[in-house]
Amino acid sequence: MPSLKDLKNRIASVKSTRKITKAMQMVAAAKLRRAQDAAEAARPYTERFNAVMAGLSQAAEGSPSAPKLLAGTGSTQTHLLVVMTAERGLCGGFNANIAKLARVHAKKLVAEGKTVKILTVGKKGRDSLRRELGDHFVGHIDMSDVKRMSYADAQRVAKDVLNRFDAAEFDIATIFFSRFENVVSQHPTAQQIIPAKFEAVADAATASTLYDYEPSEEAILADLLPRGVATQIFAALLENAASEQGARMSAMDNATRNAGDMIDDLTIEFNRSRQAKITNELIEIISGAEAL
Amino acid sequence: MAETLQFDLVSPERRLASVEASEVQIPGADGDLTAMAGHAPTITTLRPGVLRIVRSGGTDEFVVLGGFAEITATSVSVLAESALPRGEMTQEVFNGLMADAHAEMSKAKDVFKNEPGPVDDAAKLIADMVAIGTHIGLDPKQSNFG
Repeated sequence: MPSLKDLKNRIASVKSTRKITKAMQMVAAAKLRRAQDAAEAARPYTERFNAVMAGLSQAAEGSPSAPKLLAGTGSTQTHLLVVMTAERGLCGGFNANIAKLARVHAKKLVAEGKTVKILTVGKKGRDSLRRELGDHFVGHIDMSDVKRMSYADAQRVAKDVLNRFDAAEFDIATIFFSRFENVVSQHPTAQQIIPAKFEAVADAATASTLYDYEPSEEAILADLLPRGVATQIFAALLENAASEQGARMSAMDNATRNAGDMIDDLTIEFNRSRQAKITNELIEIISGAEAL
Repeated sequence: MAETLQFDLVSPERRLASVEASEVQIPGADGDLTAMAGHAPTITTLRPGVLRIVRSGGTDEFVVLGGFAEITATSVSVLAESALPRGEMTQEVFNGLMADAHAEMSKAKDVFKNEPGPVDDAAKLIADMVAIGTHIGLDPKQSNFG
């Protein structure tokens, strides 16, 4: 049985933990709003870009001169997995879920006899994959000094990936990130970025318009495909940032509630033992008086 | 006033403008072009330059760096990799961009000794940047660039 003093200390410590988790939850809520706004602001660009690319790539598909970024290298032997996670923990299952998806994917590819290379973005993913898949690591991009995700950060990742592609280090690249649904649900997602796949637009008006291209269609495609990689990575990074804050917010909300429950339990236990102590003392006094 | 067209300028990070314009002057990769209502549908890539929008209330200017423009008979969408309203393009920002361009150049010179392509591209980038500077009255020749 813990003494009254121990109980008092524990209550005080859980109370301060609750204060911290509560503060973290509120910070995450504020950051989530900003991350959501950023994701929202980036949407028009991505949508337009994909619409144009879908039209362009449809035209170029099948032609023998199609760029490698679109048509692929003709082989599917070497896969590059770009695992994008957070730099910080304390956000529930966020990092673990992405890492798990990447791990399952990597194991499947290895079992099929493919070569797997892993590029990690964000510290947490690297830490959790290192033990099992450390041999496959080819690089890491640090995002710990990034406060607000900007397009330049996405370009940094894209440049790394494209340089490796130009050096023929891999045939297929897939990014792993968490798609933001709402505050309580984030879906770890795998998306192939090289060779590029663009969702065809249902918009008949855009699809049927015949554009003039300046310079040539091939030149535009060659110019835009690398940008497409950056755009997709940027969209994924923004989704990831929003997911991270959402996950942290709900994790910290849970933690705050648990701390509250714990304080209630501890307080009851504290009151009981205090009462027991008083009763005990009374019995001692009374029995002492009776003995006289 | 003639017909207008819907003009949108978006960068990956934000939507910079969405206005009714009567004409849009675009710095295309193969030369400047002006889009007005009824223009043939065109997609063109951009070089770094100044984008000018003429609308009923006056003109707006943006400095854009790379990207592409989609022109249809009724609308112009410019998807710029990076874009700034001209007012935000200060000498300081411009110096940073010039430094980047020069860094790109020296990197290209180092890496591609026997391939002129990337070095030429970098040289063109610098030339475009200098042209922007001259155009909007900023000094491109800073002593700290080699």
